Amino acid sequence: MENRAIFPGRLLACLLVFPQLAVSLIFFYWPAAQALWQSFLVQDAFGLSTEFVWFENYANLLKTPEYYHAIGTTFVFSLLVVFFSLAIGLLLAVMANRNIAGVQIYRTFLIIPYAVAPAVASVLFIFMFQPGLGMIARALQRNGIDWNPVLNGTHAMILIVIVAVWNQISYNFLFFLAGLQSIPKSVIEAAAIDGARPMRRFWTIVFPLLSPTTFFLIVVNITYAFFNTLGIIDTATEGGPNGSTSTLVYKVFLDGKAGSDLGGSAAQSVILMIIVVVLTAVQFRYVEKKVHY
Amino acid sequence: MVEHRRFGNLLPHLVLIAGVIVVAFPVYLAIIASTHDNSVIANGQMPLYPGSHALDTYWNTIMSGTGKTTREPVGSMLLSSFIMAVGIALGKIAISIISAYAIVFFNFPFRMATFWTIFITLMLPVEVRIFPTYKITSDLHMLDSYSGLILPLIASATATLLFRQFFMTVPKELVEASKMDGAGPIRFFFDTLLPLSVTNIAALFVILFIYGWNQYLWPLLITTRDDMQTIVIGIKKIIDVKDALTEWSVAMATAVLAMLPPVAVVVLLQRLFVKGLIETEK
Repeated sequence: MENRAIFPGRLLACLLVFPQLAVSLIFFYWPAAQALWQSFLVQDAFGLSTEFVWFENYANLLKTPEYYHAIGTTFVFSLLVVFFSLAIGLLLAVMANRNIAGVQIYRTFLIIPYAVAPAVASVLFIFMFQPGLGMIARALQRNGIDWNPVLNGTHAMILIVIVAVWNQISYNFLFFLAGLQSIPKSVIEAAAIDGARPMRRFWTIVFPLLSPTTFFLIVVNITYAFFNTLGIIDTATEGGPNGSTSTLVYKVFLDGKAGSDLGGSAAQSVILMIIVVVLTAVQFRYVEKKVHY
Repeated sequence: MVEHRRFGNLLPHLVLIAGVIVVAFPVYLAIIASTHDNSVIANGQMPLYPGSHALDTYWNTIMSGTGKTTREPVGSMLLSSFIMAVGIALGKIAISIISAYAIVFFNFPFRMATFWTIFITLMLPVEVRIFPTYKITSDLHMLDSYSGLILPLIASATATLLFRQFFMTVPKELVEASKMDGAGPIRFFFDTLLPLSVTNIAALFVILFIYGWNQYLWPLLITTRDDMQTIVIGIKKIIDVKDALTEWSVAMATAVLAMLPPVAVVVLLQRLFVKGLIETEK
C-alpha cells in the first residue's frame, strides 16, 4: 500500500480512526468472538452452569437430520436464485445495451426492485399468490393447479425463489450492463465483418469477455441468496411448511430465537462465518486477478 | 450499430417491455389495491384500475392505523425508518471518511494493523453474528433506541475502502500546495478533500440510505416497543393477523409507503446510485 505519510500528528490520526475502530471492536469483533466461544460451550436447561465441550456442539449438529435438510434447502434455493437472477439480468442487460429509443426509460424501471426491501417484496408477492384472493393464485387454480404455499413445500419454495429473483434482477442487470459497456465496440465490429452472426458473436466474444463480471456476480449472488433473503423467507413462509423453506441462515435465526440451544446456534453461526469468509476470499482473489487482466 | 436488421430493434423492445411488466406489475398491483375497499379485494375480484378509496386508506394508514387491530399508525413507523436510514448513512460515511483520511494521509503506529482490522469487518454480514450482537447491544442498554438501531450496522468497511481508494487518487501536489498555503491537516480535510469527495459521499448516501431503510432482521430483534418499529417490520405484522382477515388495502398502502422513499431516491438519483453501487462493490 502506498504511504503518503504527509501529515505528522499521531494523536490526531488516532482520534480519526478511533470511532470506526471502537464500533468495529464492540459490534463486530466482540460478538464474533462470543459466537466462537459459545459454540464450544454447553449450557444446562436452566442456564445455571456451562461446560466447555470442545467440538461436541458441532458433532451434534452434524448428527441431526434437520441440519442436512437445511443444507439441502439452502443448496436448492441458492442454485435456483443465482441461476434465474443472473440469466434474466444478463438477457435484459444485453437488450438494454442496444442503442434503441427509450432505452433510458426501460433502465429506470428495471432498477426499481433493488430499492424494494426484501420483506416488502415478499408482501407484494404474497398478495398475488394468496390462495383464493391473489390474482395469480386464482389464475393457477382456474387452470387446475391446487396452488397453496402454506401447505405445499414445493409451492412455498417456488414462491420465495420468485421473490428473491425479482428482488435481485436489478442488481445483476446493472452490473452486466456496466460490463457490456466496457467491451470495446471495435472487437464486436471486427467479428461482424468476419461474418459472425449476432448469436455467435455473443457466445464466442461477448460472453467470454463478460466472464469476470459473471464470476463476481455469482459470488455476490450466492452471498445474497444465503443472507439477504432472510426477510423474504420470514415474511413469506417463516421457513415452512415443515422446514421446506428453512435455509441455514433462517435456521440460525429460528434456533437462536427459541433460545434453548445457544451452543448449537452458535456452532451454526460459526459454520456460516466460515462459508462467508471463503466466499469473500474467492471474491478478492478474483479482484486481484482482474487487476492483471 | 454493427449491422442493419430486417426487423430493426423489435426484439430488444419486446424483451425489455416484458421485463418492465414483470418488474413493475407487483408494484402497480399494490398501488391499485391500496385505492380499493377491503371488501372488493377480499372477494378476489379486484379490477386493474384505481378505485375511489385512496384518500381515506392512506389517511387511516398513516395517521391512526385501523380499528380492528391496535396497531401503531404507519406515520410513526415511517419516522423510525427515516431516522434509522439517515442515521446509518450519515454515521457510516462520517466514521469511514475520517478513518480513511487517517490511513491514507497520516503515518502512525499500527497503521496497517488498523487498516486490516477495519478491512476484515467486510467479511461478515450481521446475520451470522446476530445473537451475540444482540446480547452486547442489550448489555449496553441500547435496545429500543436509535443508537441501538444504528451503531451495530455502521460497523463495516465498504465505505472506508471506497474513500481510501478515492483518496489514493488525489494528487500529491494538491497536498503540497495546501501545505504551502499554511493549511494544517484539519483545514486540508475541510477545504480541499471534502469538496472533492462530494460526489462519492452523495453516491454512498443513496446506497446506504436504501440499505438502512430496507433492514429487516436487526430492527426486528432489537425493537420491542411499537413506537420504535420500522415500516419494513410493521408491514409483516399487518399481514400476520392470524384470526382476523388481513386488511389488504391497508397492507398494500403500507407497502407503497415503505417502497416510496427508497424507490424515489433510486429513480431520482440514478446516476449517482449506479456510480456508487459499482464503485463500492469493486
